[in-house]
Amino acid sequence: MFRRLLFALALLATPAPLPAGAQERVITISSTTSTEQSGLFGHILPLFREQTGITARVVALGTGQALDVGRRGDADVVFVHDRAAEERFVAEGFATRRQHVMFNDFVIIGPASDPARIAGSRDAVAAMRRIAEARAPFVSRGDRSGTHAAELRLWQQAGVEPSGSWYRAVGQGMGPALNTAAAQNAYILADRGTWLSFRNRQDLRILTEGDPRLFNQYGVMLVNPARHSHVKAADGQAFVDWIVSPAGQAAIASYKINGEQLFFPNAAQPEPTS
Amino acid sequence: MSGPVLRAEGLGYSVGERALLQGLDFGIAPGAPSFVIGPNGSGKSTLLRLLHGLLAPSQGRVVQAGIGRQAMVFQKPVLLRRSVTQNIAHALSLAGIRDAARIPAALEEVGLPHLAHRPARLLSGGEQQRVALARALALHPDILFLDEPTASLDPAATRAVEAILARAAARGMKIVMTTHDLHQARRLAGEILLLHRGRLIEQAPAETFFQSPASAEAQAFLRGDILE
Amino acid sequence: MQDLGAAFQQALGLVAAGDAGLWAIIALSLRVSLTATLIAACIGLPLGALLAVARFPGRQGLLVVLNALMGLPPVVAGLIIYILLSRSGPFGALGLLFTPAAMVIAQAVLITPILAALTRQVLEAMWEEYAEQLRSLGSGPGRAVRTLLWDGRFALLTVLLAGFGRASAEVGAVMVVGGNIEGFTRVMTTAIALETSKGDLPLALGLGIVLMAIVLGVNAAAQLLREASARWSG
Ligand SMILES: Nc1ncnc2c1ncn2[C@@H]1O[C@H](COP(=O)(O)OP(=O)(O)O)[C@@H](O)[C@H]1O
Ligand SMILES: [Mg+2]
Repeated sequence: MFRRLLFALALLATPAPLPAGAQERVITISSTTSTEQSGLFGHILPLFREQTGITARVVALGTGQALDVGRRGDADVVFVHDRAAEERFVAEGFATRRQHVMFNDFVIIGPASDPARIAGSRDAVAAMRRIAEARAPFVSRGDRSGTHAAELRLWQQAGVEPSGSWYRAVGQGMGPALNTAAAQNAYILADRGTWLSFRNRQDLRILTEGDPRLFNQYGVMLVNPARHSHVKAADGQAFVDWIVSPAGQAAIASYKINGEQLFFPNAAQPEPTS
Repeated sequence: MSGPVLRAEGLGYSVGERALLQGLDFGIAPGAPSFVIGPNGSGKSTLLRLLHGLLAPSQGRVVQAGIGRQAMVFQKPVLLRRSVTQNIAHALSLAGIRDAARIPAALEEVGLPHLAHRPARLLSGGEQQRVALARALALHPDILFLDEPTASLDPAATRAVEAILARAAARGMKIVMTTHDLHQARRLAGEILLLHRGRLIEQAPAETFFQSPASAEAQAFLRGDILE
Repeated sequence: MQDLGAAFQQALGLVAAGDAGLWAIIALSLRVSLTATLIAACIGLPLGALLAVARFPGRQGLLVVLNALMGLPPVVAGLIIYILLSRSGPFGALGLLFTPAAMVIAQAVLITPILAALTRQVLEAMWEEYAEQLRSLGSGPGRAVRTLLWDGRFALLTVLLAGFGRASAEVGAVMVVGGNIEGFTRVMTTAIALETSKGDLPLALGLGIVLMAIVLGVNAAAQLLREASARWSG
């Protein structure tokens, strides 16, 4: 009976039937919900596969968790957006190099009634200060994600230590946090990509956008094969090389929702701010 | 064959403080059926289970001599949720008997060959008891225990079972059986053991027991009085 | 109300469109949950039967552990399996994390105690009836377990369905150990969670309705089988 179990398990662990003679090349990318849920991967990964023959599987988590997955050696490539945390990852030796890939931007979302009266200004830091002063409901990701880190930076710049019943940390991904904000008519910091593909908006809309401090830089790293010997170094590196190459950068730039470009490739130049 | 096939030596059985059976000393000889009789609650079923080995004695012991295989038929037949044939096959397989021809033979013996492939538990009570009997007989036991096997059967089914038992006994199978039906005991028994309140009151050849019972309890029991 | 109507429309639309991605997700859900149920059955059914039949030292302790495991939050089970299967964990070399096999393991771990407990319940009643007869026939506990499992097969079908239902409804653990990778480890429940988090509630509900229809279909098929054969066994 036990042997049958193992056999069944082995069957499941085996990927779908392979074309004769071909060894399927597969890598695992640990990335963030914002990239996955915005649909970016759905757009660029088929192109990557076409050009290299490598299938990339994406596990989408908050940036902090995504980095932990890399630390444990459970992914070959990490593709996230929290520069400080990424540099720590490199310093710890889990990767040897971090490269810029692209940026997108955050937007401050809130109810149309705008009780903190932040609409009309580009100044994200001032907007955050006003929300705190008005004690208007604010939903925080609270999940160590890149977005959460960006939000905490903004509070710091605004000189606010958010606490109290108006500040609601949900400890969830971007989508669930947006659902919560929609239900509570609360303010929230969100990445534009997730917002654009988010369907349950109810009364929410973009109130503040365009502040350079809202730019959100993405970086890519191959997990260090010296730390985790099973890492698919060649194929993982192939993804890193491709995403920063003209072909990969063009693929990123060509992804649009409703004609609107979501991610701006900038592998060649340093990131705009922060 | 002579000498007892079964002997109870100082046999007793208690549940907690309560003694259900005590101080039983008797032998059961080969030959005609031995009947354990007595009023309800006198300990007949308990005694049969002790003799068969389903219960371990609290005092004393049961000595078996020259018994190869034994089987037991319960008051309420317990058949598996399978066909009649599969029920008997299951028992044979547990006994390590490979001879599949015993199944039709046993069903022939109890007069149910036509029900061989029917689901056992959907048969009538009388049919089920006869299947249970066929299952026991297929094992060709040296000794067969039966605990009031006809108690819930109608007269016709009772007669059918009695006839089967009489034939088995005639072939030399030792039968040890309980009943509360004195007429049945008269028809089949070679010897009688009368139990009352967990004690053996009298053991005698059937003829002697029914014609000149020795104990006051036996006399009262035969008269149909309620034993206190 | 409006949302529910939209959800039903979505569900119908999804099925009518015969979207390949959706079918792949449905197929994977079935494959994972059926395999998990099979594996859990191979362990849980004999274990439950043994607990019904045998009295051995440590049985009470085992029952307590089983009952506690039944209340194990799926996410906790998922986390434990995650740590075990992670490349940095003791079974990392197998490379099972973020694969359907990991999801099978998670579901099997979650439903094995349920199957064992339900099996024990079902078979204990039967054992009460059978015990003396089987012992009289010379059946030891091992053989009695097999007899009970076979004779209880129709009642146990219901137990298996309960396990399958729990497995296919599971989301927390398979999300953690499977990673919800599109086209590889995304099943109905994780797809529903994903669409919910994207705020596409009608699509999420539509998927939920499809999932319920599948579970309902499996149950109906099993019920028919059960009735057809129970008529036979009494
Ligand atoms: N497991 C048990 N625990 C307690 N009392 C029992 C048990 N089994 C039988 N008894 C009692 O022992 C007495 C004898 O039972 P039994 O052997 O079944 O009598 P009989 O078969 O002669 O009617 C009855 O009073 C019955 O209630
Ligand atoms: Mg009795």
